[in-house]
Amino acid sequence: MATLNILVAVCLIYVTFLFVVAFGAERAARRGRGGWMRSSAVYTLSLSIYCTAWTFYGAVGNAARSGLEYLTIYIGPSLVMLGWWWVLRKLVRIGRSQRITSIADLISSRYGKSNLLAVGVTVLAVIGTTPYIALQLQSVTLSFQVFADTQAVAGQTVDRDSTALLVAAGLTLFTIVFGTRNLDVNERHHGVVIAIAVEAIVKLFALLAVGAFVVWGLAGGVAETLQKIDSSEIGQWEMRGDRWATLIFLSGAAFLCLPRMFQVMVVENDSESHLRTASWAFPAYLMVMSLFVLPIAVMGLDLLPEGSNPDLFVLTLPLAKGNEGLAMLSFLGGFSSATSMVIVAALALSTMVSNHIVMPIWLSLTGGGAQISGDVRTVVIMSRRFSIAGVVLLGYLYFRVSGGGSALSSIGLISFAGVAQFLPVMIGGIFWRGATRTGAFAGLSVGFVIWAFSLLLPSIGSEVVLFQTIIENGLFGLSWLRPEALFGIEGLDPLVHAILWSISLNALTFYVASLVGFPSPLERLQGAQFVNVYEHSATPQGWSGTAAQSEDLMIMAQRILGAREAQTLFEREAKRQGVTGYLPEPSPDFLRKLERELSGSVGGATSHAMVGQIVGGASVSVEDLMAVADETAQMMEYSNQLEAKSEELARTARQLRQANEKLTQISVQKDAFLGQVSHELRTPMTSIRAFSEILRDSERLSEEEKVKYSSIIHDEAIRLTRLLDDLLDLSVLENGQVNLNLQQGELRMLLDHAIASALTGNSGETIKVYRRRHEETAVLNTDLDRLSQVFINLISNAQKYCDSPSPELSISVTHTGRMLQVDFVDNGKGISKNDQAVIFEKFARVGEMKAGGAGLGLAICREIMGRLGGSVTYLPGQGGAAFRVELPLTFQPNRVNS
Amino acid sequence: MGKRVLLIEDEPNIIEAVSFILSRDGWDVSTHSNGHDAVGVVLAAPPDLLILDVMLPGKSGFDILRELREHHDAEALPVLMLTARGQLKDREMAERAGASRFMTKPFSNSEVLEVVRELVSA
Repeated sequence: MATLNILVAVCLIYVTFLFVVAFGAERAARRGRGGWMRSSAVYTLSLSIYCTAWTFYGAVGNAARSGLEYLTIYIGPSLVMLGWWWVLRKLVRIGRSQRITSIADLISSRYGKSNLLAVGVTVLAVIGTTPYIALQLQSVTLSFQVFADTQAVAGQTVDRDSTALLVAAGLTLFTIVFGTRNLDVNERHHGVVIAIAVEAIVKLFALLAVGAFVVWGLAGGVAETLQKIDSSEIGQWEMRGDRWATLIFLSGAAFLCLPRMFQVMVVENDSESHLRTASWAFPAYLMVMSLFVLPIAVMGLDLLPEGSNPDLFVLTLPLAKGNEGLAMLSFLGGFSSATSMVIVAALALSTMVSNHIVMPIWLSLTGGGAQISGDVRTVVIMSRRFSIAGVVLLGYLYFRVSGGGSALSSIGLISFAGVAQFLPVMIGGIFWRGATRTGAFAGLSVGFVIWAFSLLLPSIGSEVVLFQTIIENGLFGLSWLRPEALFGIEGLDPLVHAILWSISLNALTFYVASLVGFPSPLERLQGAQFVNVYEHSATPQGWSGTAAQSEDLMIMAQRILGAREAQTLFEREAKRQGVTGYLPEPSPDFLRKLERELSGSVGGATSHAMVGQIVGGASVSVEDLMAVADETAQMMEYSNQLEAKSEELARTARQLRQANEKLTQISVQKDAFLGQVSHELRTPMTSIRAFSEILRDSERLSEEEKVKYSSIIHDEAIRLTRLLDDLLDLSVLENGQVNLNLQQGELRMLLDHAIASALTGNSGETIKVYRRRHEETAVLNTDLDRLSQVFINLISNAQKYCDSPSPELSISVTHTGRMLQVDFVDNGKGISKNDQAVIFEKFARVGEMKAGGAGLGLAICREIMGRLGGSVTYLPGQGGAAFRVELPLTFQPNRVNS
Repeated sequence: MGKRVLLIEDEPNIIEAVSFILSRDGWDVSTHSNGHDAVGVVLAAPPDLLILDVMLPGKSGFDILRELREHHDAEALPVLMLTARGQLKDREMAERAGASRFMTKPFSNSEVLEVVRELVSA
């Protein structure tokens, strides 16, 4: 009794110790001092969860029953580690680059992020693992039982069910505490890994201790032990080649496919270099583990009473020999083996169940994505916790229902065979781009059906009548559908038979269905990513979104990753993109990154769906999406270009039309001008020619006539000269650079000079000029010669055209600010309204007035005044013809009208 | 008594020259110097020949000719048009308006005489 109590105490202390170790590891990791926890040694030790209670206790039992066959369980993984390290390396690389969370996630991600496939794999994994968890619970209760039985004198018995329940609860608690602390896959489960590494050491030490005790304590030395082995039944055992090959293959396959192995090997892997160490260290560990199996089995058979359960020799041998301390250590070894397996298996399975079953259902119920209220992060953690509890509970229920059969190893092999069905799909998926989702579905389905039918069904068949019938007569009474003799092949070992059919048909179906079907673009893309994981670690595979979605993505990410992590992630990305603020552009690159980040929490398919819900097109084929986006962008770009081009064309056409109109107008103006110039030149020339001919041809001309006609010729010649002068002057004023000769002068002097110039040389009546000289004191600073030219023109016009019987011209001056106004008003009839509009145009002549001018005078005046920064305008309503000259007192170049 | 020639022209020196040339050749020359009432002047006493300038104050020679051709009395009146705008366009316009002949200024005196004689005798 005392021993049992001590055992319970030791057990509790050990569990407490594990908790402390795990807590310490977590704390150290949080403080960044956990580097040593990520060593290749720890990684190798963590792989030892392969050695469960089944290997710890069962290997001896196996050896006792089947001789060296137990070695196959060690040879398989050793061969994988030594010979297939490159497969493992690829798995690890893919796992890291794709943020794979479980084997279900791996397979679903590879085959187009199919959630259905993930659900399938998850369900199968749970089915395959549950008996195994039950097995661990059973081993713990059995070992307790052993202690209790030896203490039976005290009249106390151990309640097996409550022991199992207690253990299950404890393991659930441990897994929940250390398995669901955080969600990011980068922050792996340090506590769990360290705890199982410690347990690995404990179980190895325990087995070695028992082995040493048996060899040197019981057998009396190595030589004696070998001799005993030779003489025992085991020594007579014969090796069956087919079974060995099958078992080696099976254990190797299971090593790769077991969810818990995937968890420690791929998900918890920190560095590919650890794998290199583990590839020799782990086989070495297994070798040491197997070292004393045979001696213990032989000595157990030899020393213990007939009928003793060989599965418990490790425990019962020291106990029978009274070495309770050693027995307790052995118990702790078995306990360690069992608990580490349950913990990691529960962790791995809960991730799968939560990510691929619970979360998708929950998301679809609540509408998913960022639209839901509440914190998805909490939901994810809760979902994980319930999944852990659920998985362990399932194992416990199986344990209760199955009643705890004593043949541990057969349950283990059936489980192995179950998960081995993942092998073709997994290996095909990472090495063959042609593998499709349909193929994966078909292969897995066929493999599992055959496994269930040929292996699982017979194992529980003995208790169910219906199954019994099927086993004996075949399904539907068809003899070729007998579970243990499929397609008429008999005589094979049932395990070999089942493995042969299930794996080969699984692989064949997978291959053929993959060839027949067409993968979706996403599948092809993922296939390329997985198969060529070494070539491209960063090729586009994701989404393209719009800026408006960034916020939605942020909201969603916050709920899954937590506010702080999400914000950090987004800010870092925004910084990387060079975007101000904390919202990055939802570039495909970022969305892919985000999707991976999220997949660490909720799995690949779910995170794909969640991002898809926000970005749009949930089950979208990404290549199509990208192509469409590309095309749209190109088309928009092209259409923009076209629009710009057509706008430009329209503008050019408009400009051309305007230019053409202007040219036409100019051409018309030029024609008119040339016509007028021609007319003005030809008119005096006509007179000149006519009179010169008269003078030449007529002999009978009076002297008087000769003088008169000569004068006409002379006057017309002068008129011609003046016309040409005016034309040139105007041409210079209109187009050329006019050099203004700025001078200072008094207005009065200027007018005196102008009047004198305009009126001298005039035959006949001279117009009478009225001035108010006191007004004319202003001093001007301008081109006095040009201004004078204007004044002369206006005065001589008045002289020429004023039709009053007693013509008068009044000149008045006013100042307005810096401007000077000089008005010239005569007492004639004035100029009609129609003519007022044209008098400043070239060659414009008013009414019937005829004074020999070419009609360029006022045009020249207007040009001059423009140059001087002023103007000359007609003043209507003054009675006679009235012109106003306005100009600045001081010439200011910047005010010149061009 | 010579045939009567009416000269409608606004340039005094040209009036003087043409009058001199034709008078010396025996023509009875009368003149008029604006476009406004030119049509009335012609119709009031239709001459044997009309010499018409194009650019006249008040109304252009083309307009005057067109109006004249609409009147029965001036339908067949020989008209010599003179213009200082020597462009092809003006010649065409003159023909369309119904000018018998068209001459560009400056002209040769003998040529004018020749044309006048030709038009009146025809």
